Amino acid sequence: MSMLEIKNLHVNVAGKEILKGIDLSIAAGEVHAIMGPNGSGKSTLSYVLAGRGGYEVTEGSIRFKGKDLLEMSVDERAAAGVFLAFQYPLEIPGVTTMTFLKTALNAQRKARGEEELDAVRFLKLVREKAKPLNVTDDMLKRALNVGYSGGEKKRAEVLQMSLLEPSLAVLDETDSGLDIDALKTVAEGVNALRSPERSMIVITHYQRLLDYIVPDVVHVLSQGRIVKTGGKELALELEKSGYAEYGADAA
Amino acid sequence: MAAVKETVETVREAEKYKYGFFTDIESEKAPLGLTEDTVRFISAKKDEPEWLLQWRLDAFRRWLTMTEPTWAKVSYPPIDFQDAYYYAAPKQKVQPKSLDEVDPKLLETYEKLGIPLTEQKMLAGVAVDAVFDSVSVVTTFKEKLAEAGVIFCPMSEAVKNHPELVKKYLGSVVPTSDNFYATLNSAVFSEGSFVYIPESVRCPMELSTYFRINEKQTGQFERTLIIADKGSYVSYLEGCTAPQRDENQLHAAVVELVALEDAEIKYSTVQNWFPGDEEGKGGVYNFVTKRGDCRGANSKISWTQVETGSAITWKYPSCILRGDNSRGEFYSIAISNGHQQVDSGTKMIHLGRNTTSRIISKGISAGKSSNTYRGLVSVHRKAENVRNFTQCDSLLIGDKCSAHTVPYIETKNPTAILEHEATTSKISDDQLFYCMQRGIGEEEAVALIVNGFCRDVLQQLPMEFAVEAQKLVGISLEGSVG
Repeated sequence: MSMLEIKNLHVNVAGKEILKGIDLSIAAGEVHAIMGPNGSGKSTLSYVLAGRGGYEVTEGSIRFKGKDLLEMSVDERAAAGVFLAFQYPLEIPGVTTMTFLKTALNAQRKARGEEELDAVRFLKLVREKAKPLNVTDDMLKRALNVGYSGGEKKRAEVLQMSLLEPSLAVLDETDSGLDIDALKTVAEGVNALRSPERSMIVITHYQRLLDYIVPDVVHVLSQGRIVKTGGKELALELEKSGYAEYGADAA
Repeated sequence: MAAVKETVETVREAEKYKYGFFTDIESEKAPLGLTEDTVRFISAKKDEPEWLLQWRLDAFRRWLTMTEPTWAKVSYPPIDFQDAYYYAAPKQKVQPKSLDEVDPKLLETYEKLGIPLTEQKMLAGVAVDAVFDSVSVVTTFKEKLAEAGVIFCPMSEAVKNHPELVKKYLGSVVPTSDNFYATLNSAVFSEGSFVYIPESVRCPMELSTYFRINEKQTGQFERTLIIADKGSYVSYLEGCTAPQRDENQLHAAVVELVALEDAEIKYSTVQNWFPGDEEGKGGVYNFVTKRGDCRGANSKISWTQVETGSAITWKYPSCILRGDNSRGEFYSIAISNGHQQVDSGTKMIHLGRNTTSRIISKGISAGKSSNTYRGLVSVHRKAENVRNFTQCDSLLIGDKCSAHTVPYIETKNPTAILEHEATTSKISDDQLFYCMQRGIGEEEAVALIVNGFCRDVLQQLPMEFAVEAQKLVGISLEGSVG
């Protein structure tokens, strides 16, 4: 079954065309890596999937689980199962991570017509999900992302993903700013969430992350187009040769 | 689809100000306008002693010579003080002795407001002195309080039953000459609460008063007086709502707190008077004088306020730190949306030695509103080792509102250590996007971020109020984005 079907997607940002005809098809359970130099449109693609304002789709379509994704608001997409792990997670001062998680989970459950979780059931669930990610109770009581280290922020993102159980997770440069130990913890967390019902898009500049999160398919994005598609070995190739041959400056 | 949309909109419209209903009860009013006769009418209605009538008349004569203050950052058309009723009481044949005797329509109103008047809700431990327009309808839990020696009653009753206390303390914190609105209040005040906590008594429950303006074109002039005798403690909650009307309603209350040696008073307010409609029509003009006097050594007064309503708010709950080692606190959340204008803050007057004060103010402006923090920290010559910490944070939502911070600091003693911090921030599109990407709707996301911004202050509220206040934050910001 197709999870995501992108056809001839053109996107403008501030009047400038950034994505120039993307075609991408992802089946349920698949993990696709999107690699590319800086400025190739990787983050733009992730934001368009999530529905951020300021990204104007001028042509093409995106279907998610058979539905027109572009017709849906940001929160509707989230409730339908689109999750974006941010490259730079935002700080929400005064809102504890616990409160934020509960608000988000219950908002999604409500939107799907499911029963909201009470405090006790929620707490149990969070602790269960937090433990393997090494997210402590102390972290849960702190304001979301405020004063978190780079590693803590990314672990908190994976915790949110684990709790919200999306059908499609988009990981935007999740490896940036992480040392190797933090990277391993995060990757293990992500791998634990791989399932036949869940697809993932792993956006990264470097091959390193893909040693830990092994993709089924690798795409190379350059100047707003997917210029090459291959298996996981393509990532290794890129590691050696760089992006120069794809018409972009090596960053 | 169109019909559904219409229904949704109708419901929304109705929910916009959910306390905007009007109770149809015939009432007994003073004649329109304000003259010496009006003052005499009110005093006579209340069956007051001669000294109080003279006190009122004295205030009235002084008021005639005063002019309205204009220094606040608020603008409104001139108020015609002669075009208002200064006394309105629901007509009732006999005074009610229990809930069963109270007009069911009144109780219905309270029901809508969610006031815990019913027996079962009383078990929650809240004693309520409900003020309906000007006459206190029913006072609950009086007996339990009486056992502890606590006096909690309508002001008019206190005048009758405890004249010595009233005479001693009334006007001792906010004198009749204090300011235009306080002086007006002194002349025409009609109701309010009186609290006396005897020496070394810890008041066994939170005391609560719900004020509500009902009658058309009536000002509400409550006068509240709380006295905490040596070593006592009391926590007092005040909540306010008003029905929705086109014309503007005037509210000029005075609250006086007196804390004697080692006593502590905690005074919390949640105010959501009608803020006016979308075009800025109607709404309550809220000109309130609230002041606490830490009269004894080691006493403490703490003000916590959540201000979400009123077309105009002019309010500066203050502390006079007279006793040595006394402490004053002011925690405030002021939310303005639509066309609301808020000019609010506090005064900490340090007179005694080693006195400390703490001010945490969170202003949130949305829509086309204006939100000003105005505060004074004053240290007198003999006040050694004073400490003050002030933090004023402003949050802007949208680009048509404004936030202003006007701190005044005066110190005549070199040993004082005064700190002032201020920040202004905006809810960023990125923060909203982040929350919404997690499935949180836009308005809920704003409420979540704002509640986070206010957290330091919300934590100061008594438990049962904190939950209500959090919800109120969300309600008052509805329609502020998008």
